[in-house]
Amino acid sequence: MTGAIHFDQVRLPASAQALRREVRAFLADEIAAGTFDPRRGVASAVFHPEFSRKVGARGWIGMTWPRRYGGGERSFLERYVVTEEFRVANAPVGLHFTADRQSGPMLLRHGSERLKAEILPRITRGECCFCIGMSEPGSGSDLFAASTRAGRCDGGWRVTGTKVWTTAAHRADYMIGLFRTSPRTAADRRHGLTQFLVDMRAPGITVTPIRDMSGRREFDEVVFDDAFVPDEHVLGEIDLAWKQATSELAYERSGPERFLETSYLLFELVRVLGDRPDVRAAEGIGRLVAQLHALRRMSVSVAGMLEAGQEPTLEGSIVKDLGTTWQQTLPPRARDLTAFLDPAAPGREVFDALLDYATLAAPKLTIQGGTTEILRGIIARGLGLR
Amino acid sequence: MSRTDPLLLDAARKLLRAVADPQGRRGDGRDRRAVWQALEDHGLTRAWLPEAAGGAGASLADGFAILTLAGEVALDVALAETLLAGWLAAAAGLSVPDGAMAPAGTADEIELDDDGLLWGRAIAVPFAREVDRLAVFGKGPDGDGFVALVDRTACSVEPRDNLAGEPRDTVIVDRVRPSAVATAGDDLGGRLRAIGAVARACQMAGALQGLLTRSVAYAGERVAFDRPIGKFQAIQHALARLAGEAAIALAASGSAADALASGGDADGAFLEVASAKIRVGEAAAAGAAIAHQVHGAIGFSMEHPLHLFTRRLWAWRDDFGTESAWAVELGAHVARRGADALWPMLAAR
Repeated sequence: MTGAIHFDQVRLPASAQALRREVRAFLADEIAAGTFDPRRGVASAVFHPEFSRKVGARGWIGMTWPRRYGGGERSFLERYVVTEEFRVANAPVGLHFTADRQSGPMLLRHGSERLKAEILPRITRGECCFCIGMSEPGSGSDLFAASTRAGRCDGGWRVTGTKVWTTAAHRADYMIGLFRTSPRTAADRRHGLTQFLVDMRAPGITVTPIRDMSGRREFDEVVFDDAFVPDEHVLGEIDLAWKQATSELAYERSGPERFLETSYLLFELVRVLGDRPDVRAAEGIGRLVAQLHALRRMSVSVAGMLEAGQEPTLEGSIVKDLGTTWQQTLPPRARDLTAFLDPAAPGREVFDALLDYATLAAPKLTIQGGTTEILRGIIARGLGLR
Repeated sequence: MSRTDPLLLDAARKLLRAVADPQGRRGDGRDRRAVWQALEDHGLTRAWLPEAAGGAGASLADGFAILTLAGEVALDVALAETLLAGWLAAAAGLSVPDGAMAPAGTADEIELDDDGLLWGRAIAVPFAREVDRLAVFGKGPDGDGFVALVDRTACSVEPRDNLAGEPRDTVIVDRVRPSAVATAGDDLGGRLRAIGAVARACQMAGALQGLLTRSVAYAGERVAFDRPIGKFQAIQHALARLAGEAAIALAASGSAADALASGGDADGAFLEVASAKIRVGEAAAAGAAIAHQVHGAIGFSMEHPLHLFTRRLWAWRDDFGTESAWAVELGAHVARRGADALWPMLAAR
C-alpha cells in the first residue's frame, strides 16, 4: 500500500555504542593535538589528508565493505555512529566522506573486479578522494537533461562538455560522472545516460574554482575537452543510468549528516545562553533539542530498517527533507534566542562567528544532493500521487 | 528495546476500524456506549492491567501502539483515560473494577485528610462525566502521595468541553470517601504525567496518519481545473509536508513509547517523553493546517469527518503538558547539564 509510513523501533546495538566511545577518544586526541578545532566554522568539507589517513588506519572508512577490498564488514549502524560523531565534532572529513558514503558503494555494485581491487582499498586507507559529476550549466535538478557527451572511440570513450558545482573536484582523484551516451528517446526522457569512473588526472580535463558566497572554495567547474575514459570505467548499464542508484539513495538521504552538518551552532547556543536561561531561551532550546532528537530517532530507525534489508524509500526521503529544512531554521532561531544577550557575554564572540558561518552555509543545505522540491516530488510519488 | 504483539495489534486495528470508522459518524446522535462496550468485550480497556488483576497483561508498548491505532480512527471514547487510570491504580497496588475510568488530580489538586476523606477540585478531567470512577492522585496529610478510586457519582462534575467537544470537566470532591486508597511514591504523579504525555503523543501521531491517508485520498478524488487536485504540484508538495509531519510524529511518539516500555535511565526517558510531546504537538498544528488547506471548504464543515481529527489534534496538545511547558523544562534541564553534555545525552538514545 502506498502512503503508509512505518518506523521500526531501532536502538543502536551495544557494539555500536562501544565503538562510539572509541571514536570519541580518537577525536578528543586529535583535537588536543591541534589537528582541527571543533568550534571553528564548517569544517566537514575541509580536506585534511593526514587526518583522513588516520581515520582509514582505524578502519572507519568503507566500514561495511567486504574485507577483501579493505573494508571491515561491519554493520551500517556502526558506520552510522562513526558518521555522527565525526559530524558533531566538526571533523575535517572532506577528503574521504563522499567516497565512503556513495562512490565506494557505487563501485562495489557496478565496478569491474580489477577496479574494485585497485581503488576500494585506497579509499579505505583515506588516500583517495572522489567527486560527483552530476550538475551541468543546463542541468541541475533535471538530471536527465545532462548533455556532457561520451562518444565511442577505440578502446573507450571521448568525453566533451561541462560539469559544474562539483564539490572538491580540484582535490579529487576520481569523479563518478553522468554522461550522455545516446539521445533521449521519445518514449523515455530518462534514456541515454551512463555513469563513468573518470580519472581526474587524465588529459583534457580542466578544473576551475568557483567561490561560494561566503568566499570559500568548495566547488568547481569541470570542463571535458575530448577526455579519454577507458571501456572498463563504464559503471552499470550503458544508457540506463536512471535504473541504478535507488537503494543507495536511501542511505545517502537519511544519514546523520542531513541534520548534523551545522549542529555545532546548537551546542554553542546552549553554551552562550548559560546554565540558567530565561523562560524564552529555555523554551527555544527545549524545542530545538526535541526537534533534533526526533529527527535523529527517525534517521536511526531508517538506518536499522535498511540494515534489516527493508526499503524505507519514503521514510528516507522524509529524513532529508525534514533534516535539511530544520538545519536551515537553526541560524535564525539561534539569532532570535540570543537577541537580548549581552554582546560582551562569555563565548559570544565564538558564537557570533559560528552563527555567521551557519547563516551563510544554510542556503545550500536544501539544494545539494537533491533539492527540497525534488525530494517532495519523490515523497509525493511514494504517497501514490504520481 | 520493547516488543509489541503483532496479533494483538492486528485484532485491535480491525476492531477499531469496524466500530469507530470516522466516515460513519455524524457528531452527536451516535451511541458511543456501543463502541465502548465493544472495546471492553475485547479486553482493550484493561490492556495495561496485570493478568493477576483481571487485565490483559499487555505491555506498555502494546498499549501505546493501540492508542496510536485509536488516534488513526479519531476514537471518541475514554480508552486512553481508562488505560491511564488503570495503570495508576495498579501501580499503587489497587485492584481495578470493570468500567470506564479517568485519571484526576494530576496537579496536586486533591488532598486526603486525616479522616480518610478526599477534598479538592481537579480541572480538565477527561471524560469525567461519562466514566464510572476516577483514579485520583494527590497528597495525604503527611505530604505522601496516594492513589484513590472514587465513584464518579460521589463527585460533583461541572461540564466543560475541549476544542474537540470532548469532556474536560471540573471535578469537585467535598469530603468524599474513596472506594479504595493506597499510598504511593511521590514520583507516581510525575510518571503518570509522562505516560499520559506519551499516550497523547501516540494518539496524535495516529491521527496525523489518519489525516494523511484521508488527505491523499481526497486529493485523488476532488477534481478542479479538469483534473484531480492531487495532480497539481502545489498540492503534492503540501501533502509531502504533511507526510513529513506524520512521519516524525510516528517516529518521536514510537521512540518515547519504547523508552517508557523498556524502563532504564530516567534522564533518557525524560528527553524522549518531552521531545515526543513537543515535536508531535508541533506536528499536530502543522499537519492539521495542511489537511484543511488541501480539503478546502468541505473540510471546514461539520458534515465532513475531517474535524474529528483536526479538532482532537489541537485539543490533545494541551493535555499532560503543552509543547511550551515541556520545552521550558527540557531547555532548563539541558542548560543545567551544560553544552558538552547535550550530544552525549542525545547519542545515548
